Amino acid sequence: MSLALIAEQVLNGLQFGVMLFLMSAGLTLVFGVMGLINLAHGSLYMVGGFLCAAVAAWSGSFILGLAAALAGAAAAGVLVEVLVIRRLYARDHLDQVLATFALILIFSEGTRWIFGSFPLFLDVPAALSGPVSLPLGIQYPAYRLMIIIAGLAVALGLWILITRTRLGIRIRAGESDREMVAALGVDIAWLYTIVFALGAALAGLAGALVGAIQSVQIGMGEPVLILAFVVIVIGGIGSVKGALIGAILVGMTDTMGRFLLPPFFATFMENSSATTIGSSLASMLIYILMAGVLIFKPQGLFGGAS
Amino acid sequence: MKTLKTLMATAAVLMATQATADVKVGMITTLSGGGAGLGIDVRDGFMLATQMAGRDDLEVVIEDDQRKPDIAVQLADKMIQSENVDILTGIIWSNLAMAVVPSATAQGKFYLSPNAGPSTLAGRGCHENYFNVAWQNDNLHEAAGAYANSANYGNSFILAPNYPAGQDALTGYKRMYGGELAGEIYTQLGQTDYAAEIAQIRASGADSVYFFLPGGMGIAFLKQYAASGVDLPVVGPAFSFDQGILQAVGDAALGVVNTSQWNKDIDNAANATFVEAFQAEYGRLPSLYASQGYDTANLIISAMDVADVNDQDAFRAALEAADFDSVRGDFKFGTNHHPIQDIYVREVIKEGDVYTNRIIGTGLEDHADAYAAECSLN
Repeated sequence: MSLALIAEQVLNGLQFGVMLFLMSAGLTLVFGVMGLINLAHGSLYMVGGFLCAAVAAWSGSFILGLAAALAGAAAAGVLVEVLVIRRLYARDHLDQVLATFALILIFSEGTRWIFGSFPLFLDVPAALSGPVSLPLGIQYPAYRLMIIIAGLAVALGLWILITRTRLGIRIRAGESDREMVAALGVDIAWLYTIVFALGAALAGLAGALVGAIQSVQIGMGEPVLILAFVVIVIGGIGSVKGALIGAILVGMTDTMGRFLLPPFFATFMENSSATTIGSSLASMLIYILMAGVLIFKPQGLFGGAS
Repeated sequence: MKTLKTLMATAAVLMATQATADVKVGMITTLSGGGAGLGIDVRDGFMLATQMAGRDDLEVVIEDDQRKPDIAVQLADKMIQSENVDILTGIIWSNLAMAVVPSATAQGKFYLSPNAGPSTLAGRGCHENYFNVAWQNDNLHEAAGAYANSANYGNSFILAPNYPAGQDALTGYKRMYGGELAGEIYTQLGQTDYAAEIAQIRASGADSVYFFLPGGMGIAFLKQYAASGVDLPVVGPAFSFDQGILQAVGDAALGVVNTSQWNKDIDNAANATFVEAFQAEYGRLPSLYASQGYDTANLIISAMDVADVNDQDAFRAALEAADFDSVRGDFKFGTNHHPIQDIYVREVIKEGDVYTNRIIGTGLEDHADAYAAECSLN
């Protein structure tokens, strides 16, 4: 096991974490500010992937596809918020889960209706398609490096938005006391629409960026959604910083578990059962991590006591 | 009194003709959600064959199982108990087939599988009313193992998702493959990021890669593999290279070798008719799933021509004879009602703007599955 392989796996873990962060940042904002469980967040991720694939195929430009994914997912977010989500704030979480689960089905079948049942083609832009050479003799896909950079840039942008801008002040205020914010004259309905659209845009961006190296198909959002929920529970609901730390923690744990556990078991047991047990345990590892965090910090790593 | 008797006799004759005339097929397949492309292809292939045969005595009821075993079981119960179907078919996934098939055959219905071929149903769990028209799950993987030998690969890195069909896949590959293993990995079902696995492949010193990652998992793996700069030859089963998926993989799949019991360039009249009619009807190239649906329907029609479905023994014998023009060319059933057929080696090519496959050789000839001996039928 060379140093280069370990370093490459650390990069992989970081990249997976950053990708999860893009997905969970929106989810945690919506949950934290609006108190809403949005299962349809994965559908917005899918909308981003499909729009990027369709526009990139039509125009030949991945950048245009990305822009369309951002704008389209945000627009879908506004539409969904105004038509459906707005009626759910006063209701309990079970109603929200039910309504947003219905949205998943509507989005999935709607997407099939428009784009057909077969996966769409979306490839990374030609300039980023090959590997780049890094120190230690690592060959790393250029596009994955770009995802890491883009994700960290989004994290920085969100941090500036929340801590340094007027909108950020309102978002934080809305998180701690929505009645008081409304009483001070902030249009809370408008604020919620903005936050929801922002979350949707981030999900759409993630869907487009990730769709290029994975597959753009119906139902692509749901597996990521489950991981994103794990991330925000670990990081503390409502905390963007928690989402970043949680996402990188989950990404690293998952990648390193998949990489290290089977050989670890192979040191003291027969090879074929070691691969089976090692991979089974690796797929449980992030949930074990979540349980562990919740035992010591029931509010998550950065969750405020409520 | 005499008139009454005549009337009754006429009525009885009429009822009897009614009974011989109509065969009702219940199709339970996946038409929504992530795996819908496969079910839609099976359905379209099946319906194309019924349309071309122009039979008005064959009725097909189609329902969507949403890829959920519980829903498939409910649909099967409804079709058997209230719709009164004679034959069930359509299920794509092995776990759904395991939930539906044993109870359907126990209730005296025929089940013809157009796709899933779990080893239990080929071996100890085989049943006289269960027929598999596609393949036993291990078959395409076994052909890939045989191909690896003939290509002189001696150090394969193999990976598949950690679920029964994934374990069957690697078992099937290893059954035929004679070389060393550079590594063996079980990934998570539904996993879409393979960076960690690809890094291990790069570091393993393998001379070839075999993977079974159906659907979106395969698209993700192939694209990421192509971008990683690892350039070892890749082999896979047709499930990651079917017509529905290839367009989404693009150039990353070009030249990849895969194994299949069918391809659109198999040279026989039935196949030429099928490929042309499918394109004319649906405006896309057929996949292997569509070919399996088409063969399933033609098998049923061939049995209807010689036997009455209500005479189960005669109808079963007619199915066993498999007297229809399969798009695969030679096709016959083994004693456990699973196909004995050639499995081909294909290569992904680009025809104009469309990615598709062409046959480059035969992996296994007249291949039967490994479980037939465990089956009590003979």
